[in-house]
Amino acid sequence: MKHCNDFTVLENETVNSSFFKLRLKSEQPLCEIKAGQFVELKVQEPNSVLLRRPISIHDIDKSNNEMVLLIQKAGKGTNILSTLKKGERVNMIYPLGNGFECKGKSVLLVGGGVGTAPLLFLAKQFAQINIKPKVLLGFRSKDQLMDTTEFAKYAEVFISTQDGSVGEQGLVTENSVFARSFDAVYTCGPTPMMKAVAKSCEERNIDCFVSLENKMACGIGACLCCVQQTTSGHRCTCTEGPVFQSKEIVW
Amino acid sequence: MDKLKINIGSLELKNPVMTASGTFGYGEEYMDFYDVQTLGGIIVKGTTGEKREGNPAVRMCETPMGMINAVGLQNKGVDYFCSTIYPRIKDYKTNVIVNVSGSSIEEYRTVAEKVAQLENIPAIELNISCPNVKKGGMGFGTNPQMAAEVVSEVRKVYPKHLIVKLTPNVTSIAEIATAVEAAGADSISMINTVLAMAVDAEKRKAVLSTITAGLSGPAIKPIGLRCVYQASKAVKIPIIGLGGISNATDAIEYILAGASAIQIGTQNFVNPTVGKEVIEGMKEYLDRHNIAHIWDIRGVI
Repeated sequence: MKHCNDFTVLENETVNSSFFKLRLKSEQPLCEIKAGQFVELKVQEPNSVLLRRPISIHDIDKSNNEMVLLIQKAGKGTNILSTLKKGERVNMIYPLGNGFECKGKSVLLVGGGVGTAPLLFLAKQFAQINIKPKVLLGFRSKDQLMDTTEFAKYAEVFISTQDGSVGEQGLVTENSVFARSFDAVYTCGPTPMMKAVAKSCEERNIDCFVSLENKMACGIGACLCCVQQTTSGHRCTCTEGPVFQSKEIVW
Repeated sequence: MDKLKINIGSLELKNPVMTASGTFGYGEEYMDFYDVQTLGGIIVKGTTGEKREGNPAVRMCETPMGMINAVGLQNKGVDYFCSTIYPRIKDYKTNVIVNVSGSSIEEYRTVAEKVAQLENIPAIELNISCPNVKKGGMGFGTNPQMAAEVVSEVRKVYPKHLIVKLTPNVTSIAEIATAVEAAGADSISMINTVLAMAVDAEKRKAVLSTITAGLSGPAIKPIGLRCVYQASKAVKIPIIGLGGISNATDAIEYILAGASAIQIGTQNFVNPTVGKEVIEGMKEYLDRHNIAHIWDIRGVI
């Protein structure tokens, strides 16, 4: 069941020059939400930006009815959202999409940029079934880095930066942990990164799950704007994804 | 809510609020948000003779108070609709209307004939205005002779209420409206999307895979109002107004400009309960102005 209601901003934390984190509280008890699902957030200036913004769920605190969203300032809509203040309200449609299925015992989660957002909730979901995943996060440089303390609670964390300012230098696919063997790899981030991760996994016969970030309008399967070309034709990223098996994707 | 109850030819609507094709799926997508059976009607996704994959990505681009889409009639075809989707939605207590699309007169006829067999579909909306298909579509809706020909051919095989959906991308909307009225349309819906384009300056490329595509949303409301106004002065059959309706005030504006009923499109993406809010808001408007029936303000401009 999808919901559409207001949340109150408890905190708007600046993570770095491009990311911010919203901690939001629902007035009603939160429904069941899976890692990998997303919300459609209404921008609070309705005469400035028309469409909602699809945002991955970064974390859920069900006992307190709280949701955390990690958002990248990518354009006008997310820049307006970044000005939200404590006590203000935002309207959301949620939970949307299929979400991740936790498969495998030895797993690697690979995130790039804001694609790291859904992986915290996924790491937590694995921890709940007593699996400690490895998390590999890629950033351009140190100033794009985010605090990985939360990740470290549930996972073993590895970092790649393109300039080598933190962690190993290079792309995530060049990180030494990526070369190890896993039962499954989960990835979210820029398309070239996911494509490279998927290709390598397929060559090594590792199950790979990708979470896509296609441009979207409705988020509920009505407009058919966000389709992804797959081995079974065009499929809606919003309702049949955003998580797909990498083998299904026609990149 | 008798103040809002209207007839469009043989079509009885409990209120003048419908949802536009391609923006509301088959109604099921919105059931979590409100009872969609409270709507006057639901126009389901454009249906063609055969299954269509639609256009490649990128299919959508947001623009100032609007969006451009290049979906291109992705659907599973009329046979799948009849066998699989119709049984799921046929008992809705509202008018479920099928948007009939095609690339040839033959295809329009075939789809209309098959949909005519479905007992609980009281009307079709003949889409001669889709800007996103290479063959046919809008081509039929921009030329009065071709528009008249496709309407009269479909009229021969479709005995129930025939709505014809028009494009604003013409020199004279009144001329096209007059032509489809003479060819046997029972009502007209307008406007489909406005042919538009988005460019990415950094990539030095068109944003959408089809380069040109259809603009919808609040940005096109003034164009829709103008078209409804001009067409309503030219024809006697009822007009269903759409284009950028976001709230009850917008809906009332269309009625004042000459529409008998309205459709909500893009706003369903932004506010999934807009249909319900527009129905309530129209009722409130009539109460506030002591107007006995929505009919009393139709086309007063």
